[in-house]
Amino acid sequence: MSRSRSDILLRSGLGTLAGLSGSVVLLILFFLVAGAMPALRDGVLPRLFLDEFWQPGSQRDPQYALLPMLAGSILVTVLAILIAAPLGIAGAIFHRFYLPPRFAAWNEHALELLAGVPSVVFGFWGLTVLVPLINRLHPPGQSLLAAGIVLGLMILPTVALTSQAALRAVPGSQLFAAAGLGLGRVATVFHIALPAARPGIVAGVILAVARAVGETMAVVMVCGNIAKYPQSVFDSVRPVTATIALEMGYATSSHKALLFTAALFLVLLSGALVGWLAFRKGKNEAAVN
Amino acid sequence: MVSLFPASFTRTRRPGDILLGLAGGLACAVTLLALGCILWDLVRLGLPHLSWSFLTGEVTENGRSGGIGPILISTLMILGFALAFVIPPALGCAIWLSEMVRQGSGAARIITGSVDLLASVPSIVFGLFGMSFFCQTLGLGFSILSGSLTLACMILPLLVRTTLSALQSLPADLRPTASALGLSGATMIGKILLPAALPGILVGITLGVGRALAETAALIFTSGYATRWPESPSDSGRALSVHIYDLAMNIPNGSGAASASALVLLVLIVLINTTAASLAARWHRRHSAS
Repeated sequence: MSRSRSDILLRSGLGTLAGLSGSVVLLILFFLVAGAMPALRDGVLPRLFLDEFWQPGSQRDPQYALLPMLAGSILVTVLAILIAAPLGIAGAIFHRFYLPPRFAAWNEHALELLAGVPSVVFGFWGLTVLVPLINRLHPPGQSLLAAGIVLGLMILPTVALTSQAALRAVPGSQLFAAAGLGLGRVATVFHIALPAARPGIVAGVILAVARAVGETMAVVMVCGNIAKYPQSVFDSVRPVTATIALEMGYATSSHKALLFTAALFLVLLSGALVGWLAFRKGKNEAAVN
Repeated sequence: MVSLFPASFTRTRRPGDILLGLAGGLACAVTLLALGCILWDLVRLGLPHLSWSFLTGEVTENGRSGGIGPILISTLMILGFALAFVIPPALGCAIWLSEMVRQGSGAARIITGSVDLLASVPSIVFGLFGMSFFCQTLGLGFSILSGSLTLACMILPLLVRTTLSALQSLPADLRPTASALGLSGATMIGKILLPAALPGILVGITLGVGRALAETAALIFTSGYATRWPESPSDSGRALSVHIYDLAMNIPNGSGAASASALVLLVLIVLINTTAASLAARWHRRHSAS
């Protein structure tokens, strides 16, 4: 490429835009840390794990127990994965090895449609349809179970579509070799296709976990928002994301700093999950080369 | 595509085979049933409220009655500004990554790494960031501008990634040919590479619009709750998704209007995603043909 002046200008202009794009995440981290600073400086960090209650706005006796909410986030995510992973993976096996291609295409379209449903619509559906159902079973209805089901349905297409893609990527030669050896469908699925597709399926599940941990709207409307450890799946919970969404509107001073600290936890958690994913991918590629 | 139905599969009917088929079929059926339930419930609850005057009317009684006219306009404004803010840096970043630096070089890895990290940030955190940076530090307040800047940050990684892969999937001989013709870098990018990659870029933009339209958490603390007709980008304006959230959570008897709004939102998103899918299909056809 000729190095005319306009080219140098172009190169530096594009470089600036690239730098700008790359620095957004730094800016976000900076603002989160700056917002959380008052809380971190006042030595509140240990109290997040030691205090008994969450009443950060109280003048007389402020209590900063973040742990029940972290537990809420983790429980809701675990329940969602317990719902989404078996359904998604078994559905993908059926899609790949049982459904005739024409129906398989329809199934995929349906999953894409489900993936397109906005999280606020999931939450709204959960609130108006699912919560009354659970309430009839065991009041109050707004519960860990409701949040887990809604979130599970929401991340189900992620698991199902990535599992389908991973199963599709298994080389046809391996499947034909299996058939040539006289392996039946079950043996082919469990001994050939699933082991070969495992990295892709696991990556899809990790991605779904990251989405579930960070999701706000689908859970805030159905989880009941009580900041205590749930004793059963019918108890209310309050995940970290819901806390931020509900309290940011009126939080001031140290309370606000706490919410920023909670957000910092969220970013670190989902960043770690996605980073782990990238690391796994890098390792797999290195192993292939 | 390799056929997955070797004769040995369809002819044998062993118990294990049938069991696996039943389990998988059940999983598929549950998934489809859930989707069917959600769609049916939305139509059942929302369709009676839907009318032309609902789509164009003003919001009255906090949304319990009246329509969603101003909210649709606010949503469109937020989307439009978000696209205007995100397209230049996203395209610039992708072009720089694909054309200006060696792949795998330190600078390229830092930029792609931080863009990928940005993609992992939960949307509520974008909301928090937008509130403290755009609303407070830059003094934009709760406004359409703040909301769209926040969304622009959120969909930036998606757009960078799709543009980058569109540029990287162009035929490799385009670049040396353009250089051999003595074209400058700017001409090559503006007249050859970008037009060739445009369909792929459009897919990315459409997907970004879909994500922005579905987003709620990033907007509740940035674009505000106002239900007036927005007059300028510095007005506060409530997005459709925020409207659904507010009606469902804070307004008693708001669920009818919320269902109708949810139905409108879902139809818009399906339209956008279908557009993206058909654009992508056309892009792939053209590439496999050449």
